[in-house]
Amino acid sequence: MSTYSKKQVADLVKGDLDWDTVHLMLSMPKDGDRYKLYMEVLQDNVDYDDKILLAMGPHLNVVERTSDKEIVVKCDCGHDFGDYRKNWKLGALIYVRDNVEKMEQIYPAIMAPDTSWQVYREYYCPSCGIQHDVEAPTPWYPVMHDIQPDLKTFFEWLGMPAPAKI
Amino acid sequence: MTILQNPLGNKPGTLLKNGLTLNEHRNAVLERTAKTGHYNGLKDLEFKESDPIGFERIFSKVRAGLVNSREVAKKIAASPIVEQEGELCFTLYNVCGDCVATSTGIIIHVGTMGAAIKYMIQNNWEANPGINDGDMFTNNDCQTGNVHPCDIATIVPIFYDNILVGWVGGVTHVIDTGAVGPGSMSNGQIQRFGDGLQITCRKTGINDTPLRDWLHESQRAVRTTKYWILDEKTRIAGTHMIRDMLLEVIEEEGAEAVEKFMYEVIEDGRRGLVSRIKAMCIPGKVKTVAFVDVPYMHEDVHVPSTFAKVDTIMHAPCEITVNADGTWRLDFEGCSRWGWHTYNANPTAFTSGIWVMMTQSLVPTERINDGARYATTFRLPKGTWTNPDDRRTAHADAWHFLVSSWSSLWRGISRTYFGRGYLEEVNAGNSNPCNWLQGGGVNQDGEVHAVNSFETAACGTGACAVKDGLNHAAAIWNPEGDMGDIEIWELAEPLLYMGRRIKTNTGGYGKYRGGLGYETLRMIWNSADWTMFFMGNGYMNSDWGLMGGYPSATGYRFEAHNTGLKKRIAEGKSLPLGQDRDPRDCEFEKHLEPGAIVKRDKQCITTEDMYDNGDLYLNYLRGGPGFGDPLDRDIADVQEDLNQNFLLEEFAQKVYGAVFTKDDEGVYTVDAAKTKARQAEIRKERIARGTPVHEWMKGERQQIIDKNASLQVQQMFASSFYLSPKFLAEFKEFWDLPASWELHEEDLGIPMYGARFSMDINELPDVHPVIMTEE
Repeated sequence: MSTYSKKQVADLVKGDLDWDTVHLMLSMPKDGDRYKLYMEVLQDNVDYDDKILLAMGPHLNVVERTSDKEIVVKCDCGHDFGDYRKNWKLGALIYVRDNVEKMEQIYPAIMAPDTSWQVYREYYCPSCGIQHDVEAPTPWYPVMHDIQPDLKTFFEWLGMPAPAKI
Repeated sequence: MTILQNPLGNKPGTLLKNGLTLNEHRNAVLERTAKTGHYNGLKDLEFKESDPIGFERIFSKVRAGLVNSREVAKKIAASPIVEQEGELCFTLYNVCGDCVATSTGIIIHVGTMGAAIKYMIQNNWEANPGINDGDMFTNNDCQTGNVHPCDIATIVPIFYDNILVGWVGGVTHVIDTGAVGPGSMSNGQIQRFGDGLQITCRKTGINDTPLRDWLHESQRAVRTTKYWILDEKTRIAGTHMIRDMLLEVIEEEGAEAVEKFMYEVIEDGRRGLVSRIKAMCIPGKVKTVAFVDVPYMHEDVHVPSTFAKVDTIMHAPCEITVNADGTWRLDFEGCSRWGWHTYNANPTAFTSGIWVMMTQSLVPTERINDGARYATTFRLPKGTWTNPDDRRTAHADAWHFLVSSWSSLWRGISRTYFGRGYLEEVNAGNSNPCNWLQGGGVNQDGEVHAVNSFETAACGTGACAVKDGLNHAAAIWNPEGDMGDIEIWELAEPLLYMGRRIKTNTGGYGKYRGGLGYETLRMIWNSADWTMFFMGNGYMNSDWGLMGGYPSATGYRFEAHNTGLKKRIAEGKSLPLGQDRDPRDCEFEKHLEPGAIVKRDKQCITTEDMYDNGDLYLNYLRGGPGFGDPLDRDIADVQEDLNQNFLLEEFAQKVYGAVFTKDDEGVYTVDAAKTKARQAEIRKERIARGTPVHEWMKGERQQIIDKNASLQVQQMFASSFYLSPKFLAEFKEFWDLPASWELHEEDLGIPMYGARFSMDINELPDVHPVIMTEE
């Protein structure tokens, strides 16, 4: 099994890792330490102390809140979206590109969807304005709850103690 | 008079050394698998564990033989689809029809040819027409597991010492199957009965010789006869090389060892997937969804029946469950109904096709076989486009729906890779690999002809979580993506290249952008009579972008008639040679004579229309989706995008917040400080224009109560609601709709022929379909 340093994982997160190493990561069996190193790197990148358990996006993590040990979804800026079992998007800001004018802000008109068929929904952090996700559904479509992790099993797979309140 | 009870077939129980019929043997294997959770009940891999070198030696010989045979056989074909694009694949199966190993190439056919073998086993081909050494069987029937009729499979049983020891299958994607529309993935036809020649596991050769009635009949059934025959020779050569290879391996390694290998390697493959899932994924549930447009109301879509003239949307929700034991389940509850078009799929196309993408992340090894399928549960509800309940369905361009639905699976499973740190495996999705340039008529050689340009094999790829997607590089269905040489396409098609350029602004924006597509402008030249049509997405995007990234650009069509180009060439005037860089500029039109008739719109599906020499056709191959918030993109990369002509100025400003200058030589320089400041403003603008989701939901809910949406959107929901009470209940719960709220197709005033009354293939007498999914 391959092993990598924390510096290499940090570079991977930053997008600075050399291609030879990235290629090695792709082609070799996965390194068991990755989760541990990744969490350390992500923790170094945020100002809050809550323990990061999983990443849900480049600026969005599942964390164990220091104050009460609840597991919540948190933006890098510190914005708390609440219980990780609920869809964080329901606590976000949304902007829907549902007409030609709004679509033309991002693509030439003929290269964007027809909004009677499809709209783009942008989800922003209410505190810092980061765009955490873009959905491209039909009108009327329910907000997607993208991932519902089974943390208990996950920590069993990792062979690590699970947080108390999962 | 003596009546022979079984004049054609084998005496029951004589094909296998255990005395069972093939069906009895396969059922026993399935039973042992179901009972133990291990393929064929193999809790221990005795051979592999006791003689790992011997095990690997057999694998290496088999795999090398498969790849070598493919490379050699490929050279026999004349079709650029096979010879240039590598649209062929050879696979070795055990006697049950389960894949042992496969060559490189379009590996979706691991499953499709296996399904055909299983169909022959389950429907007692053993008794009639019999299975003998030297036989050849041909299959391309979509209701026997094939993806679409143009994938023709030649299947050869392998005997050693008069005992069946396995099967080998070879498949090529032929240019034409004689469907109503010319080209291998055509439209215009709306039922199986116009979808081209379909052969159901027919014995087409004995004593290693193709039968003359088969050769004569099949040639007459298709437009591209010489390509058809050379493709047939390609498949026969490859399968026979592999048969010889396996017999050599048996001589060298022993029949018992090879037989053990052919079961153990499948269980090994099953374990491999389980292990990889545990190593890379996060257990739990991932939900995802995909759509694509079927705009059939347009005047340029001509179909034979009025009931097909309806705009619809393919809907493919998927719930992926990663189980605690490392297996996984993909449930497509809620999919929309099949339709009167050629984009329907069948369960094997779906389940087998998924491995084309998963081999690029979850099973990235040479050991691709049916083992992964045994670690996976698929649920494809009957009556949906993934599992039609009607034997009339057409499938010529099943890929239109398949590739669209799979893009969401990349996205879904990538969330689990990303969550635990395997960023290098993340893929924001696949492009919709189109347009499919197709047409036919009488070509530059005066022959009846049809074309399907496989330039689609090199679209933009999705962005990764550590790098941009690749430009004009690949397609989801063929891991060996290649756009093909212009010179070869011009030999095969009466279409001159006026230009082939990267397609600006087609990669989805993001911290890492999607790969860009490209475009080729073709001028019809030297044909006698010629037709063409478009096939792709236009009103909708099938990819989404991931974690803040945007979908790629959608498609559009450009065609021009009465161009006056022959006159302009003679007079030395300017020609439309370059690219359609910004379609709003209408650059091509500046080089056409007055009176030219131009169609420039989002209608990316059309049916066969006449083209004269000098007419133009734009083949626009799509880009891939992006990853991450575009405001996180490295400023140097935005500058590079501008200077490489990958990005239009306007969208560098609006999407990336780039503030830049352009010098006299057209070189862009992005000001980092000003750009950072502008990006901070954009974040504030987002907060200002955003609405809390709960507030927005109130308005959207009212739209639903008021039934305020286009007909195609309402038809999609109504079709899914009818097939899935669960999807309807979840929809109503999410939007907190009154119990009385209903939506029925019957109320939409659109054709519903086929929506309520159907006849499935299993209702035919003595037909026993192979079912390998939950329905």
